[in-house]
Amino acid sequence: MSGFSQFLMQLVNGINAGSIYALIALGYTMVYGIAKLINFAHGDIIMVGAYICLFAISTFKLPVWLAIVVSIVLCALLGIVVEKIAYKPLRSASRISLLITAIGVSYLLQSLFQLLFTANPRPFPTIISLPPLMLGSISISAPYYITFIVSVILMTVLHLFVQKTKIGKAMRAVSEDSQAAQLMGINIDKTISITFALGSALAAVAGILYCSSYPMVNPYLGSLPGIKAFIAAVLGGIGSIPGAVLGGFILGIIEALTKAYISSQLSDAIVFTVLIVMLVFKPSGILGKNVKEKV
Amino acid sequence: MNVLEVKDLGINFGGLRAVDHFNLTIEQGELYGLIGPNGAGKTTVFNMLTGVYAPSDGQIMLQGKTLNNLSCHKIAQLGIARTFQNIRLFKDLSVIDNVKIGLHERYNYSLVNSLLKTKKYFLMEQQMEKEAMDLLEVFRLHTYAHIKACNLPYGKQRELEIARALATHPKLLLLDEPAAGMNPQETEELMEVIKKVRKKFNISILLIEHDMKLVMGICEKITVLNYGSVLLCGTPDEVVNDPRVIKAYLGD
Repeated sequence: MSGFSQFLMQLVNGINAGSIYALIALGYTMVYGIAKLINFAHGDIIMVGAYICLFAISTFKLPVWLAIVVSIVLCALLGIVVEKIAYKPLRSASRISLLITAIGVSYLLQSLFQLLFTANPRPFPTIISLPPLMLGSISISAPYYITFIVSVILMTVLHLFVQKTKIGKAMRAVSEDSQAAQLMGINIDKTISITFALGSALAAVAGILYCSSYPMVNPYLGSLPGIKAFIAAVLGGIGSIPGAVLGGFILGIIEALTKAYISSQLSDAIVFTVLIVMLVFKPSGILGKNVKEKV
Repeated sequence: MNVLEVKDLGINFGGLRAVDHFNLTIEQGELYGLIGPNGAGKTTVFNMLTGVYAPSDGQIMLQGKTLNNLSCHKIAQLGIARTFQNIRLFKDLSVIDNVKIGLHERYNYSLVNSLLKTKKYFLMEQQMEKEAMDLLEVFRLHTYAHIKACNLPYGKQRELEIARALATHPKLLLLDEPAAGMNPQETEELMEVIKKVRKKFNISILLIEHDMKLVMGICEKITVLNYGSVLLCGTPDEVVNDPRVIKAYLGD
């Protein structure tokens, strides 16, 4: 294999991982924009989504499409329930309490799933059985290109939803000034619930796509992609939807190229270094706004 | 008919009695002024009327309906809209989107409609666009419709806040220092706008203001608040000549 097609192959790997990071990062960024909360339990929703899909197919023998729908709906509900139970009572509390609660919820979900289904990894069924795509000298396997296509479609839909619809505008208004929005007659509880539902639904899709590429499910499955997607969101500018997408792809590509050309053991270290460098030099992220305080 | 009736309203912040035995009656179509020295509790009254603070005692009634303990968005939907002392527009949204946020409760289409982009969705969006544009035209803001709200000149931002509040179809509009930071000419224009709004939308207006020229010029009735209690209540002429008011503002 020539050096160039080797490079292209790595780029494809990076875009695959990047699509998944971007989908997860969207959840982080939307929730942050609205509730000013880094929802560290978001990564674990991916794991829950993967488990639901797994059991729907292997235990309940549902057709694949239905299993996916069930997984998305249940994750959306889980997102709403988590917000109502764990975050809503703390809405007027300090941000650090919220952050700690989010970490608590994350461990709760992991431990709960470990208790229920043991820590042993379970194989994830093949849900995408399409022929690989040949692009010149390289072949791209089905889960890879499906992941990319699905992510791009979902991101576009989300973008249009936030920009064009009434609920999307309400979300933007709440994220800018929740009190003023409330005084204009917007129900912020409902808006926050919708945001959590959307973010968690995207996480479910991300979980299923992730397990199509790496077909093993265990209770800790969500934590590393979750953290990386968080870095992607910060890299792109947390609170910004295009930023999350951009950050996701950049991070995926950096990671894949590091694995291929520098060292596969160092790749995580380099990804986290990117976060630190970003926070030092441009803390608001690539597309984030630099808010200057008026004195 | 009375639009707003407030009876013996009071609120404690810890040990501080910020507002005490506050009474107010506003009739349909009335332009009412609430004045008083700094810290007298004017904005606190606004915050209680709109549900931001829960009153410790007393009663607030809008057209006979009790508002105590309702959430902010419910009160807004029932018909009280407000502007803020320091402008609180949705700065990154376009001018027209700011108004559309106010229109939201009027236009009901579900999440499903907007996701599937049904006919109903387009129809509703079209009507919303038109109503928002009409509202902007009242304030001569329609030429700015698609720029970001933060790029408007200061005086226009204040007017956009009023337009956004009107979009919720209020029965009572609360204006918190609408002329703050305006030059005399802008204030003059604002007075005209307020009069026009009242007539065109047939609503009652309660405003807090320090600019006496504005208050005396357009308000039909005035309540003076001092240290959280009503000092007196009357017509502009009665208020301006009352020695107690002069004392409250200037000291002995």
